[in-house]
Amino acid sequence: MTPTLTISQLTKRFQSVEALKQVSLTLAPGKRAALLGHNGAGKSTMMKIILGLIPFDSGEVTVCGEAPGSAAARMQVAYLPENVAFHPALTGEEQIRHYLSLRGENPRLATELLARVGLAHAARRRIGTYSKGMRQRVGLAQSLIGRPRLLVLDEPTSGLDPVSRRDFYDLLDGLSADGTAILLSSHVLTEVEARTDSILILSGGQLVAEGTLADLRAQAALPITLLVRPAEGRAISLAAVFPEATIGSDGMLRFSCPQADKLPLLASITALGPEVADLDVIPPSLEDIYSHFSRRDGQ
Amino acid sequence: MSCILATAASEFRIAFRNRWVLIATGMMVLFALVLAAAGSAPTGDVDVDRLSVTVASLTSLAVYLVPLLALLMSFDAVAGEVERGTLPLLLTYPVSRLQILLGKLLAHLAILALAVTLGYGAALVMAVWSDPGAIQGIGSMVRLIWSSVLLGATFLGAGYALSALAQRPSGAAGLAVALWLVAVVLYDLALLALIVTDGGGVFTTRALPVALLANPADAFRVFNLSAGQAVAVAGGIGGAAGAIPLWQSAASLFVWPLLAITLALAAFRKVTP
Repeated sequence: MTPTLTISQLTKRFQSVEALKQVSLTLAPGKRAALLGHNGAGKSTMMKIILGLIPFDSGEVTVCGEAPGSAAARMQVAYLPENVAFHPALTGEEQIRHYLSLRGENPRLATELLARVGLAHAARRRIGTYSKGMRQRVGLAQSLIGRPRLLVLDEPTSGLDPVSRRDFYDLLDGLSADGTAILLSSHVLTEVEARTDSILILSGGQLVAEGTLADLRAQAALPITLLVRPAEGRAISLAAVFPEATIGSDGMLRFSCPQADKLPLLASITALGPEVADLDVIPPSLEDIYSHFSRRDGQ
Repeated sequence: MSCILATAASEFRIAFRNRWVLIATGMMVLFALVLAAAGSAPTGDVDVDRLSVTVASLTSLAVYLVPLLALLMSFDAVAGEVERGTLPLLLTYPVSRLQILLGKLLAHLAILALAVTLGYGAALVMAVWSDPGAIQGIGSMVRLIWSSVLLGATFLGAGYALSALAQRPSGAAGLAVALWLVAVVLYDLALLALIVTDGGGVFTTRALPVALLANPADAFRVFNLSAGQAVAVAGGIGGAAGAIPLWQSAASLFVWPLLAITLALAAFRKVTP
């Protein structure tokens, strides 16, 4: 299957600053990719290049087989900008009707679209009276117009409450099942972990990691943490057996070990029998993996 | 085409909500009525119909008011979108920058046409009411309406260009006021000063007609005054109108809007969201 989005060796300079350096990636139809990175890592710049809003210096970008920003590409790509804004004097329904007309769709679909994002009750109120979360939903509604083949979402869940976030990812699941490729950026790592197919980490304009969460976890090879609660009054004796463990102020023994040593360590701990009251195994979180990759360069 | 119409409908709604339609129409009607009332005095023995005199006064009014209204409506067109942050999203839609500009132009022209038609219409009703024979001057009234719309189109285009150049509403507003002052007020003052110092020399006979045609506001005045045979009742710069063939001032009226929109498009294309 031909990829919906192909980027190869993309480089973008702002005066002397290199915002993107030799970035290459592909996104197949129906795949959801999360773009992570610290502020200024180049996420928004990359999105604007994909949308054809700003030119780039070298490399190649193909969107649905077309040049980014060409009329044919714009027909098939939808965008939700960070902090999306609309004219405050228009109602939600009027704004969506306008966007529907611009995409050559029937303006009457506005009511249905607004209902899909849970805004049916406020459709006839002016956007100036909306909360940030409601504006974000108008933004989502416009990005669903006309079954786009590529969705580019810049921080789509900022300003949404937890329930709306879940609804939003349910919407995305439906779209990707229909073959829409989705590229989204987010700072909320837990939801990205659960609801996307692959993760791309940008740092200082370079793509420092790419793959599924399991791939990244294996690549990073971060140590696993074991938390051991000693039985009553056994803390000192237990600590003597394991000099490599540190004792926290809560009396818990904390072990840090590479993936390969996990099972032998577990065996030696459980062999102590009644000395141990409880044990927790904590794999490295997405936050840990993310900081590992984005710190490696520059930061 | 449907993109242009959709943009125009949306812009018209916004202008209506912002009370621009009301303000523009109210201003035109008020000034037209005041002029119609004041203009009834000097008719006396002048051998022109009542309406032509009204048209001559309305022409002098429109030269100031139409560019002002056009610039007030247009200075926010691009800069406002940039400031609100609505431009990046709009530009990812399958709509060209020319279509966006033409949509805005269509909406603003409709408002302007409505305002001048109602304003001049009010003056027409007053003139005909006091002198039923004045109705024979209706042709000059229609000409005044469409030429006002063309004059408005020029300054709307200029306003969009300034808006795209400034990229900030405050800067665009400043530039718009400056353009209005220079094109509508200072330009004529400078010409008058030159005429006085020249004393009927080369400047008055050769350069003045060109200078008048080069300024859309003056071309508008010259066109309406010479077409309406009301030169006799017009003073100042208008007196020079007789020396310029009608087709030349008409051509200036038609060419300027195209030029202004081209400039606006060039400036808008330079805006990177």
